[in-house]
Amino acid sequence: MFYREAGDFSTTYAEDQQTFPIKFDRYRYYVVLFVAIFVIPFMVNDYWVNSLFLPFLIYAIAAIGLNILVGYCGQVSLGTGGFMAVGAYACYKLMTAMPDVSMFIHILLAGVITAAVGALFGLPSLRIKGFYLAVATLAAQFFLVWLFNRVPWFYNYSASGQISAPERDTFGILITGPNTDAWATYMFCLIFTVGSALVARNLTRGSVGRKWMAIRDMDIAAEIIGVNPLRAKLTAFAVSSFFIGISGALFFSIYLGAVEVGEAFGIQKSFLVLFMIIIGGLGSIFGSFAGAAFLVLLPVLLKIVGVDWLGWPTDIVAHLQLVIVGGLIIIFLIAEPHGLAQLWRVAKEKLRLWPFPH
Amino acid sequence: MPEQLAFTIEVFMNGLMAGVLYALVALGFVLIYKASGIFNYAQGVMALFAALTLVGIMEGQVPFSHLINAILGTEVHHFGWHVPAFLAIVLTMVVMIALAYCVQRFVFRYLVGQEPIILFMATIGLAYFLEGVGDLMWGSEIKTLDVGLPQGINVWIDEFTFEATGYGFFIDNLDIVASIVAAILVIGLVMFAQYTKQGRAMRAVADDHQAALSVGVSLNFIWILVWSLAGFVALVAGIMWGAKSGVQFSLSLIALKALPVLMLGGFTSIPGAIVGGLIIGVGEKLFEFLIGAPFLGGATENWFAYMLALVFLVFRPQGLFGEKIIERV
Repeated sequence: MFYREAGDFSTTYAEDQQTFPIKFDRYRYYVVLFVAIFVIPFMVNDYWVNSLFLPFLIYAIAAIGLNILVGYCGQVSLGTGGFMAVGAYACYKLMTAMPDVSMFIHILLAGVITAAVGALFGLPSLRIKGFYLAVATLAAQFFLVWLFNRVPWFYNYSASGQISAPERDTFGILITGPNTDAWATYMFCLIFTVGSALVARNLTRGSVGRKWMAIRDMDIAAEIIGVNPLRAKLTAFAVSSFFIGISGALFFSIYLGAVEVGEAFGIQKSFLVLFMIIIGGLGSIFGSFAGAAFLVLLPVLLKIVGVDWLGWPTDIVAHLQLVIVGGLIIIFLIAEPHGLAQLWRVAKEKLRLWPFPH
Repeated sequence: MPEQLAFTIEVFMNGLMAGVLYALVALGFVLIYKASGIFNYAQGVMALFAALTLVGIMEGQVPFSHLINAILGTEVHHFGWHVPAFLAIVLTMVVMIALAYCVQRFVFRYLVGQEPIILFMATIGLAYFLEGVGDLMWGSEIKTLDVGLPQGINVWIDEFTFEATGYGFFIDNLDIVASIVAAILVIGLVMFAQYTKQGRAMRAVADDHQAALSVGVSLNFIWILVWSLAGFVALVAGIMWGAKSGVQFSLSLIALKALPVLMLGGFTSIPGAIVGGLIIGVGEKLFEFLIGAPFLGGATENWFAYMLALVFLVFRPQGLFGEKIIERV
């Protein structure tokens, strides 16, 4: 019924190697894309965009980035918040230095700058492994946040120490600042999210991705069969930081508009993104989306149920959220270490055989 | 004695004292890591949880009072009694042992044999869970913890150094107590590990799980024991930090500092935790005093420890006292 490969014949190599080889899967993907591009922008208002769609799209990019590093290359990083801050501040400096250049270019350049910083902090990964490395990336997290807090050049000597996005447009459409339209910011982020997912998906199934996975599975063995660990690890850090930098830039310029670095890009953010990929599924692009959606929706749902329906004070709901998230992490690690993505795979397999499972 | 040198020595001394407190938290990490190979990120939150519980019991708070009030619409807050500090510490220890049992029974029993990094992430989840439970149980406002430890400047040292050098050193009584407690704790733990039956079993498990299992050591019991010990260390650390800066969320972030301490000292070495703690404590205070505050705009304490550990690890990946890492395919 669903997900049948019967009758689906590939006649060219290109067809055989496409991302979604099963016809049903491919059309489902087109439908999702169609809805995202042609339906949602005409229906959304400010509340929907700001509380659901923007955080989802932006966190999805960050999760894809971290998933490349942790899920595909096996290098655990707790410095995501710091790298997002690099993206945000790079974007801010570019926006204020070159007001006439399109935002697309600024965001991409912010990603490139973050990639360079990420590769720099990835250097120790050649010597240290496992949770030694995880703790070493904390150095990046704390150092970068301190740097942006203390060096006035980064926030253009503003009195508050905050950075706030000036009004910028792209192709004549305003996308940053307070007077933006909901659909414009949504579309802008959607373009980056779809682009990131495409690039990441194709990188991970190409030769770079296979090298990363070889390093993840056993780095010494990978070295012996001819994978250069220096190249593989540093490209993983660079590519991962590129996506995280883009998400940081979008997070600052489109979503928040004004940012205080310790608050927006603290260590909590690093953990949040790490939790997204654990819950969503390590080593899966779909998992990054699922995890981001889950952890963006959960607080909203809890707030609706706890505060609006039951009338509990907000602090109790916030604490309950910690308990639930922590508990879910443990449950997922015990019951389904491959996360929501694995549940999705199982569901697909079931659907393929339905209604005759034997 | 020139003023600058006297200041530097004072900063050095205070760094040593701070280092003792870092070492105290780091000890808990080492205990669990040695026995079960779990890198327990939640150690800091355990210290926070222990301190919260101690304050809650001493003040006679009703656990989960906010939640109960929200659900049932009641107005309960306190039982109306005050528990003496000693009894409260014993009761808190009981809570920590119960926690150790639950952690072993409901979490890590199901994760035996998983990769270390998975276990690490599970402890991050545990940290979030515990933090939420601690806040739900006892409320999240900043609390003061007073178990009768001496506090404030040590007058004797102040006068003595003033006579000797012309400059009175400021050293907090609490820091001195903390150093003594840490010393007793370390000696106690080493004695326990060396000379008791359970201690010997603990070392056997640390050495080789399967060999220990085959000679009849109960892994479950040892792990609960180790988590309880770590809970005890967390309680001591929580009391010290809580008395110093109040019981609040930042307690668990201070405990994060124990991570670079461990990386310097090596994950498997108790003396390493102490030496690492002292190096980090002295290093970050001196750096802040000599370089950070005058040239870099201050607050370098936030990252100096991590950077030091990072640079150090590049040259010696197993830490100062860690065992040599040998990898085979």
